[in-house]
Amino acid sequence: MNEFFSVEPDYYLILAAVLFTIGAVGVLVRRNAIVLFMCVELMLNAANLALVTFSRINGDLNGQIMAFFVMVVAAAEVVIGLAIIMSIFRTRRSASVDDANLLKY
Amino acid sequence: MTGGQAVLAATGAVTGGEAVTFWILAPLALVGAIGMVWARNAVHSALWLVLTMLCLGVFYVLQAGPFIGMVQIIVYTGAIMMLFLFVLMLVGRDASDSLIETLRGQRPVAVLLGLGFAGLVGTGLYRALQGSTPVGLEQANAEGNVQGIARLLFTKYVFAFELTSALLITAAVGAMVLAHVERRKADKMDQIATMKARFAPGNYPGPKPGPGVYATSSSVATPARLPDGRLTERSVPEILPTRELSESETTLKGTEK
Amino acid sequence: MEETVRYAEATGLLGSVWLLVAIPLVSAAILLLLGRRADRWGHWLGVASIGAAFVLGLTYFFQLRGLENKSVERSLWDFIAVGDFKVDFGLLFDPLAAVFVLLITGVGFLIHLYAVEYMSHDPGRRRFFAYFNLFVAAMLLLVLGNNYVMLYFGWEGVGLASYLLISFWYERPTAATAGKKAFLMNRVGDAGLAIGIFIMFATLGTTQYDEVFNGVGGLAGGTVLVLGLLLLLGATGKSGQFPLQAWLPDAMEGPTPVSALIHAATMVTAGVYLIARSNPIFSANETLQLVVVSVGALTLLLGCIIGAAKDDIKRVLAWSTVSQIGYMFLGVGLGGGAYALAIVHLLAHGFFKANMFLGAGSVMHGMKDQVDIRRFGGLSKYMKITWITFATGWLAIIGIPPLSGYFSKEPIIAKAFERDDWTAWLFGGAAMLGAGLTAFYMTRLFVLTFHGPKRWTDDIEHPHESPKLMTIPLILLAVGSVAAGWLLSTSVPDWLTATAGLGGAEEGEAHGVLSHTVITILSILVTLIGAGLAWFLFRNGTATEPQPAGVLVTAARKNLYTDSFNEAVFEKPGIFLTRALVYLDSRGVDGLVNGLAAGVGGGSGRLRRLQTGFVRSYAMSILTGALLVVAAFLAVQAGWLA
Repeated sequence: MNEFFSVEPDYYLILAAVLFTIGAVGVLVRRNAIVLFMCVELMLNAANLALVTFSRINGDLNGQIMAFFVMVVAAAEVVIGLAIIMSIFRTRRSASVDDANLLKY
Repeated sequence: MTGGQAVLAATGAVTGGEAVTFWILAPLALVGAIGMVWARNAVHSALWLVLTMLCLGVFYVLQAGPFIGMVQIIVYTGAIMMLFLFVLMLVGRDASDSLIETLRGQRPVAVLLGLGFAGLVGTGLYRALQGSTPVGLEQANAEGNVQGIARLLFTKYVFAFELTSALLITAAVGAMVLAHVERRKADKMDQIATMKARFAPGNYPGPKPGPGVYATSSSVATPARLPDGRLTERSVPEILPTRELSESETTLKGTEK
Repeated sequence: MEETVRYAEATGLLGSVWLLVAIPLVSAAILLLLGRRADRWGHWLGVASIGAAFVLGLTYFFQLRGLENKSVERSLWDFIAVGDFKVDFGLLFDPLAAVFVLLITGVGFLIHLYAVEYMSHDPGRRRFFAYFNLFVAAMLLLVLGNNYVMLYFGWEGVGLASYLLISFWYERPTAATAGKKAFLMNRVGDAGLAIGIFIMFATLGTTQYDEVFNGVGGLAGGTVLVLGLLLLLGATGKSGQFPLQAWLPDAMEGPTPVSALIHAATMVTAGVYLIARSNPIFSANETLQLVVVSVGALTLLLGCIIGAAKDDIKRVLAWSTVSQIGYMFLGVGLGGGAYALAIVHLLAHGFFKANMFLGAGSVMHGMKDQVDIRRFGGLSKYMKITWITFATGWLAIIGIPPLSGYFSKEPIIAKAFERDDWTAWLFGGAAMLGAGLTAFYMTRLFVLTFHGPKRWTDDIEHPHESPKLMTIPLILLAVGSVAAGWLLSTSVPDWLTATAGLGGAEEGEAHGVLSHTVITILSILVTLIGAGLAWFLFRNGTATEPQPAGVLVTAARKNLYTDSFNEAVFEKPGIFLTRALVYLDSRGVDGLVNGLAAGVGGGSGRLRRLQTGFVRSYAMSILTGALLVVAAFLAVQAGWLA
């Protein structure tokens, strides 16, 4: 294995940061509420990757536990979020977040 | 390798096999993420995301977290993403899948912000981790990863763990409440009720008169005149404001001879 | 003053002297608070409370006679106590206060009785009696207080009651305006009095009468002069003296009993009371006395001249009041024994002027509220009691012996002639001339009203005499007008000697420029000439329309241009200043405030546009915020901010 391919745990963190950023940009540029949600999930996953890596760097399992809790919360959030998207879609016949803009000035 | 449990990469340093895996899977994860944002079709987005999530699951296993890696693959990739696809199929494709940006400047600013954010976080991580040596999880995983997590989960985090059960129950109930549509019994009209309502006193059973169309005004907002000369509001659609005829419109035009 | 003033503590029955103030006050409160529920019996409560106060006053008076030093003080509680500065809520019952209490409650009772009938057709009778009782309470507080703050308290109280009663018929614009005018002009005087009291605080540290009088000897001459002038300003305001006389004639817009009680008999004499009470201050400075005498002499002539040209029966009496109070000011200004003479004239005037005002009210009552004397005439046949009682008042005021005016006014004229230098001729002459003019205009009033041909307006068939409830007070006051002069002039000066500072009327032989006998004969002669001239001129009535007249009469009809002067010098610039301030306020201050509000409003309206309703815009803001937070963390971590 030459020098170029050698990795440190830090690389996982860099990957997590990049994934998080891609998710954030996705939230900003996509209009479909469901895709928006996927971007949010991607950001959560990036955070999870960081947590698991921290767990390894620090040598205890607390990070993995945190990642586990994040997954649970994400599951609950997805259930509720998708239900909300469904009910919005039922009334407005659209899943675009730009169309749901009545709450404004 | 104790108790038949495969705990990979137990050391702090990254060994050769792991490096290879990383350099193969990390680009794949990035491609998945970018593909998700880029894909025009929401179903494609979901599939791209599945790819990224699978890669991440492998990373978890690689980093001595076989339990969390399996959960990632089973719960996230298996359950949550399927839920996404399910909803996508329910909703179907619509105009919001279009990639044309409607908010002015949203896209370049978003990219700029993303780059800035990534740069800042990267710098921060670099500064924070400089010179630190990864400890590794050999110690923590000594009696097995699942046992280690379970020990923490049911001692230190037991209260939070119980709270998550309440959270999940609440979420399930909430989803039912949000998704459930109940039509009240009174709203259901059968044939008899419809006819009764039609011939009830105060309701005109015939078709409504058309809105007024005059030589000077052909607006649908102009009410029609009844034979006795009165204007009738019923001829105008309810959502339109009644249009008053101006004086010049009501005066005789000298054409009636 | 060289002698130390000290009051004994009130004991026994006199300890309850506060009841005098409390009874009318409680009655007023009941009448005001019960509202319409008291309409049927309220006036009798008002009369009864004043009657009770009169009986109490008499009791206290006889108690006081039995005391050795004839002055008692009753401290009720600390009114104001701040650091060293303390104001006592205390009452002082001494001979001066006693005669005022008897005048206020006695004449007040008769006028209250009269008003029951006079106001019987007015829907606001209960309100009237409430204000009337309030006035009596405030007036009693004014004369009974044992310090200047208490006096000021009562002073403002009577001012308030006066305002309320002048504007009693507030639906008439003239009455409302007259009330405002009285209030504003009084305010000028009140400001003077207030500043005078402040000076007392500043220089003497006290407002108690005894402490002020004991300390005034140690003050610099200039301080005493300023203090006295400020008190005098207060007195001229309340008493309708020059230069603040203009409100008093207008105050006749109020009901006639008000004119009789407040604007003739009692409140307007408060200025005389103030100067008499403060005599140690006024006696301490020659210049001050000269100013008071000048004000008195000037006002008495002013009142006479204007009174001779007026045609409104109440206005003539009002200007006569101004003039008679001028005599009193002349008296208190002369100092020494003349203080007592002024008080005697004040008491006598209280009787005969109240008598005439009520008589005028009776005439108006019979003549459908006509007030123009050119429209009267020949009423002596129709209103016998009013005629006779008015005649006693008329003879009393012009000073025909042995009626009260002779005994009270003639000594003041004589005193004026007793001054040491040429001013004796000036002030004596003015007083003498005033006597002649008084005789002229009062005779004119009397003849035009009760004698000569009838000049009534067409709607009057048979003038009727007023009911008994009105004539009985008239008769009692007429008796007072006839008899009081001699009684008062013999007893009151001696009685008053016990009052602090009103040192005995040393009845030495007159050493004036003219002998007393000559003055007496002269004054009677002048009076007879004035009265005879008026009788001769007006025995056949007068034209019912205004006639062209000479310069002097025109000037007198226009109040000697004093109103025009006030208007030009104070009112016009005042209005201009007000307009300028309104402009500044509406454009400057309001502009600033409204501009600020509009700026904030407009800015908010634009900021509001940020709330687009697009979730993704909000998400962008959140990401920007997160970026800034991370940047801040980094900055702190790297020490860039240190």
